[in-house]
Amino acid sequence: MDAITGFLAASVRIATPLLWASLGEMVAERAGVINLSVEGAMLAGCLGGALGAQAFGGAPIGLACGMAGGLLVAAVFAAVAIGAKTDQIIAGTAVTLASVGVTGLIYQRVAGSAGSGLTLETMPPVRIPLAADLPLIGPALFEQPWPTYLAAGAACLVWWVVFRTTLGLRLRAGGEAATAARAQGVPVRRYQVAAVLVGGAMAGVAGATLVLAQVGTFAERMTAGRGFIAIAIVVLGRWHPVGVAVAALGFGAATALQFLFQAAGAAVPYQLLLMLPYLLALVALTGAVGRVRSPAGLGRPAE
Amino acid sequence: MIAFLRRLGLPVAAVGLGLALLGGGLALLGYDAGGGLSALGRGAFGSWYAVGSATLVRAVPLIVIGLGVAIAFRAGALNIGAEGQFAAGAVAATVLGLGLGEGPPVAVIPGVLAAGALAGAAWIGIAVMLRQRFGVQEVISTLLLNFVADAGVSYLVQGPLQESKHVYPQSDTIGLAARLPVLPGSRLHLGFLLAVLLAAGLAVAFRRTIWGFRTRAVGEAPLAAALAGGIDVGRTSAVALLWSGAFAGLAGALEVTGVTYALFQNLSPGYGFTAIAVALIAGLEPVAILVAGIGFGALEAGAAGMQRDAGIPAVAVNVVQATIIVVALVGVARSRRIRPEVAA
Repeated sequence: MDAITGFLAASVRIATPLLWASLGEMVAERAGVINLSVEGAMLAGCLGGALGAQAFGGAPIGLACGMAGGLLVAAVFAAVAIGAKTDQIIAGTAVTLASVGVTGLIYQRVAGSAGSGLTLETMPPVRIPLAADLPLIGPALFEQPWPTYLAAGAACLVWWVVFRTTLGLRLRAGGEAATAARAQGVPVRRYQVAAVLVGGAMAGVAGATLVLAQVGTFAERMTAGRGFIAIAIVVLGRWHPVGVAVAALGFGAATALQFLFQAAGAAVPYQLLLMLPYLLALVALTGAVGRVRSPAGLGRPAE
Repeated sequence: MIAFLRRLGLPVAAVGLGLALLGGGLALLGYDAGGGLSALGRGAFGSWYAVGSATLVRAVPLIVIGLGVAIAFRAGALNIGAEGQFAAGAVAATVLGLGLGEGPPVAVIPGVLAAGALAGAAWIGIAVMLRQRFGVQEVISTLLLNFVADAGVSYLVQGPLQESKHVYPQSDTIGLAARLPVLPGSRLHLGFLLAVLLAAGLAVAFRRTIWGFRTRAVGEAPLAAALAGGIDVGRTSAVALLWSGAFAGLAGALEVTGVTYALFQNLSPGYGFTAIAVALIAGLEPVAILVAGIGFGALEAGAAGMQRDAGIPAVAVNVVQATIIVVALVGVARSRRIRPEVAA
């Protein structure tokens, strides 16, 4: 595999957890909730995935455990931000803070502080015959671990539910004009809680994918801001699954650039390349805002 | 008296609940909860050394950053990037401290500290510029800049600023002239006095100056401030953010000149986020922030003691901090909003 193909494949692989997390965040924000606990949910998903796969042997169970971890974090956030109607941004930050503490505690308990952490086998790529033989993009799109294919499916499902069903219409109504929706009989807060839980579950899958399909172990704070990047991806993607998918790929590519540079032998310090995704997010946000409209009621607690 | 006790009730309940949750969580996981909590207490208050050199020293960055957070929050702006601004201030202090190590301390120290504050303001200035010109919400931009600063420090201490022997990822130690004077027999440095003065100064500024009034008005009633008061809401909140960054940068400079004397990665164990808890639980009041900062300093010192003596990872104390934030939030949500949705 030459460098370009490798770079494209790495981009898709790295983008997968980001896509999971940002799809989930998109659902929550469409319902009117800005959910900063997505970082904490992802981290819980990382731990759940690692411990689940370790304890029960097997990636599918790991993914399910990761989803459960994300759900738990989202439930706490929903209780505080929607239930108690507190400031969503600060509540999300607090929940993420707690998640960092709890996952660190649990991991240390399970894996010990001797330094030899958990090591897991990472999921092998699943090759789709014929399609994977396409030049350049073949291996990138059709020779990935199965959570990538699942993510693509999830994007389609999210699109259909949010934009083509009555349920989705009510969800979006709650995010745009909560008072009017409520007057029409839509239980806005219930929809918001559900949306946040879905978002947390998907962030949990994102974390589990990060561990089980990429890194192969757990480390304190391993998400390194990916949850926050997911929020930027939602903005860049104009709160639409297709846009979100493209933006996620963009970030995957920005991160994968490190490997391309290394392969090309360029003497760029790796830390500067590490900055790239975050700087890209800033630049992209600059260009996105103004031409883009967020859900009108985003961040405002519904009655 | 009753009113004072009532106001004290919320923070005390918050801390109590947080500690209870921590103890419960520890027990659930099979740690020695009792031993852990008592190690926490000893680390914070167990001895004069603990109080002076652990608790109060750790309180300094929390108080200073907390004051900055309060300025921003009062103006209805959200600075979640204190970590990055702290790092920027630490870098500036290190660079200047290394270069100016020989001059008279009376001149060098204020210069180094001012440089730290300026660096912090410059770092958040990026986010402020993005907000003013492009409408990028400061929540996201300040958050993302944290990670950029982190990578930047990593690059510096493994590259241009690395110590002369090129072994460890840290800088050389700064010159003697740049180091803050320390209370003999302890590690308590001048920064604590500065923190107290800043708290007093900010309290006065909030209540008695036009700037303070404008800043608070913009946060509490932006529409009224703009229409009836003729206040430039966008500009006032931007200035508040810059001050917020300056305080965080100053805290970074204080940490380098008073405690570590060198730059390395992860200089801040999450001070930027803890300070948000400090500011919130103190109701964004400068003098209360002083008290809350000391309280949280005790938590941090206790956490280190807990890790040292009972083998419980220090991050566990995040649970206490998060609980305090949540309790403060719920308490406030009952009465009024912390910040309005619009301050642009």
